[in-house]
Amino acid sequence: MSEPADASSSHVVGIDLGTTHCAISWVDADLSEGDAIAGRDLAIPQLVAPGQIDARPLLPSFLYLPHPSELTPADRALPWAAPASEGAATESPFIVGELARALGGKTPSRLVASSKSWLCHGGIDRRGAVLPADAPPEEPRISPLDAAVALLAHVRDAWDRAHPETPLAAQDVTLTVPASFDPAARELTAEAAARAGLARVRLLEEPQAALYAWIARSDGAWRREVNVGDVILVIDVGGGTSDFSLIAVRESEGALTLERVAVGEHILLGGDNMDLALAHGVRQKLEADGRTLDTWQLVALAHGCRAAKEQLLTEGGPASVPVVVPSRGSRLVASSLRTELTRDEVDALVLEGFFPAVPASARPAQRARVGLRQLGLPYAQDAAVTRHLAAFLAKQAEATGAAGGLARPTAVLFNGGVFKSARLRARVLAVLGDWLTALGAPAPRELPGADLDLAVARGAAYHAYTRRGAGVRIRGGTARAYYVGVESAMPAVPGMAPPISALCVAPFGMEEGASAALLDEELGLVVGEPVRFRFFGSSTRRDDVVGTVLERWREGELDELAELEAELPTAGRTAGEIVAVRLQATVTEVGVLELDAVPREGTERWKLSLDVRHDAG
Amino acid sequence: MAEPSLSFVSRLALAFAAFFRILADGVFAARVASARDGAPALPHAEPELRLSAPAIPKAAPPPRLREAPTDAALQLLALLQREGRFVDFVKEDVSAFSDAEIGAAARVVHDGCARALEEHMHLRAVRSEPEDSRVTLEANFATEGVRVTGNVRGEPPFTGTLRHRGWRASDVHLPQLTEGHDVTVIAPAEVEL
Repeated sequence: MSEPADASSSHVVGIDLGTTHCAISWVDADLSEGDAIAGRDLAIPQLVAPGQIDARPLLPSFLYLPHPSELTPADRALPWAAPASEGAATESPFIVGELARALGGKTPSRLVASSKSWLCHGGIDRRGAVLPADAPPEEPRISPLDAAVALLAHVRDAWDRAHPETPLAAQDVTLTVPASFDPAARELTAEAAARAGLARVRLLEEPQAALYAWIARSDGAWRREVNVGDVILVIDVGGGTSDFSLIAVRESEGALTLERVAVGEHILLGGDNMDLALAHGVRQKLEADGRTLDTWQLVALAHGCRAAKEQLLTEGGPASVPVVVPSRGSRLVASSLRTELTRDEVDALVLEGFFPAVPASARPAQRARVGLRQLGLPYAQDAAVTRHLAAFLAKQAEATGAAGGLARPTAVLFNGGVFKSARLRARVLAVLGDWLTALGAPAPRELPGADLDLAVARGAAYHAYTRRGAGVRIRGGTARAYYVGVESAMPAVPGMAPPISALCVAPFGMEEGASAALLDEELGLVVGEPVRFRFFGSSTRRDDVVGTVLERWREGELDELAELEAELPTAGRTAGEIVAVRLQATVTEVGVLELDAVPREGTERWKLSLDVRHDAG
Repeated sequence: MAEPSLSFVSRLALAFAAFFRILADGVFAARVASARDGAPALPHAEPELRLSAPAIPKAAPPPRLREAPTDAALQLLALLQREGRFVDFVKEDVSAFSDAEIGAAARVVHDGCARALEEHMHLRAVRSEPEDSRVTLEANFATEGVRVTGNVRGEPPFTGTLRHRGWRASDVHLPQLTEGHDVTVIAPAEVEL
């Protein structure tokens, strides 16, 4: 179970590769024992202004690709000199972190933001140079994968500078991903880590990391805070994404164990949407007075609204907070725009807009996509986190064996900066309480939170520590069962695509390092020609085994993922020859799902690509 | 006077730098105090601070002092400008504006400068008692942190009214500067294309 610990690796490290921020924490394994964890955060040096470097606990996950005439080499030098390996920030054309965000506020077409959401966007070529999405055609672009490499390389260089004796490449590193990441996005994240030189990486779901942080922080007291039979709902609303997980508290051989039993879907909805919603609300007020804002001022306004929101959403906070949009020019007094944000407006826009009190039967609205849509991120169409939550709990009800059509959490752990507001936490708890008491179940209690910004990195470090065999491990394995689509054998009907049935290749809950059984069915692959398969995942079907065939399934039971592609090399075979293969799924030690095609004879294996290059259109 | 005189700008920069270093660095403050009083440097002062010719009691501070602190002062000014538009605010002619207009802009300055200071130093009151309360200064009270005023006579302990709580900075850290970065640009001109 535990890996051999070598002398060079007394540190175990957790990295939160977030949509809006990255953070890194570590545990000194030599100084930790049992529940006493010697955990530390590493401040990440980054450019905060041209030529100025400061170490901050958070690295904004922004890349900026400056024009040659924008900054001098001295303005963008970093404290680590020689490029250590591929993706080192010194040889890369980008600025990473705080300065990138600041520059991007004024020149958005050179800013790569939310690259992690693009990494999970199956509709694009994730290795293709597509970012920044609205860069002018002659300007350089990078792929979502390159962006992840650049962020990780910056974090690595920051670590190596602080710990030259124990470089990050030689440490056990746990890297977090959203629980809702599909297998291709997980694989790409692992690939990015490898390209950044992190050799000993494991992936961990962010909501689990938040719970690990809560455990690590409690010095063992968590065992008194939860009981066997508890179901912990982790609600993680980050800057750009919302992620839900259910973790059950069970008992095994007299000790409490934790098992992650369900994860939610990928929802592109977060705190930044709330700040922007407020900023647009305030802009309308200003425009009604005949005053206009440019893009930079809107960004500044969103900043101002975030601070005002936090004040107004405090219990017993002020009734209104002035918001001033600073002038773009030097005449600050003459040209700044003053307005105010009231408690009523924040209540209407944030509390009722994002966390409305809805019945448990509410579901997120799905508008039909209209006409030609620009190639952009698939943002959530319904802004109400509570409606997404209702859908999640209902979907997982059956799978977790809960009666009444709703999974029944008994405790809630909040994560993400949005929940710094006690009123938002109280609203979510009240809504959940209403749903559950209507079913005769007790209202869930709140688990006192860890640091909302740094919990994921700290929890990841704790997870890396548990890989040594110490501490408490959350079990769970893969959060979905996976299926390939095969055409049903039936007479062709003109004008109708042959129906697809789904063949299970990987059951729910496969642990790291496990291989599923070889699929009995044989598929014919043409040598030298790429063959594609439709690929599906289900977060609710727990009992399917390898080889289970689904002829039909309910709405929402199976989600279609990016296609799989198999291409057999021609070496030793004739092009065009058809080879019968069987599929086998493996979850690597890193935590990445792999599908291999195994021919009936011989010992060869070919890996299927989970991340198929997307055709234009 | 034989000693070289500094330009106004250099003096302003030096005053800024010295101000913050005096707040942050008690030993330095003591040295400045003795330089101001014309006393010889403290016996345990660093060698470069020692007066080169002991025969001349009044010597200018050694020129070395001007180097890094000037950068730090300019850097702090740039920081206050970036975060709180400090230079824009104090350089603008505000005589024609109403208090409400100035007040609105002052919020930008206040919020931003407070954030900048918060991030780069720890500021706390020298005395924790409420202002205008009666306080007693013990016989060995720290002279550099407390100024006695008014009817100053006799020997401590002194009892008096706390008129100002004072401020003390600690944990001062400014962003590091890259080699070749021009700190005299407090804010670049901005040309939108």
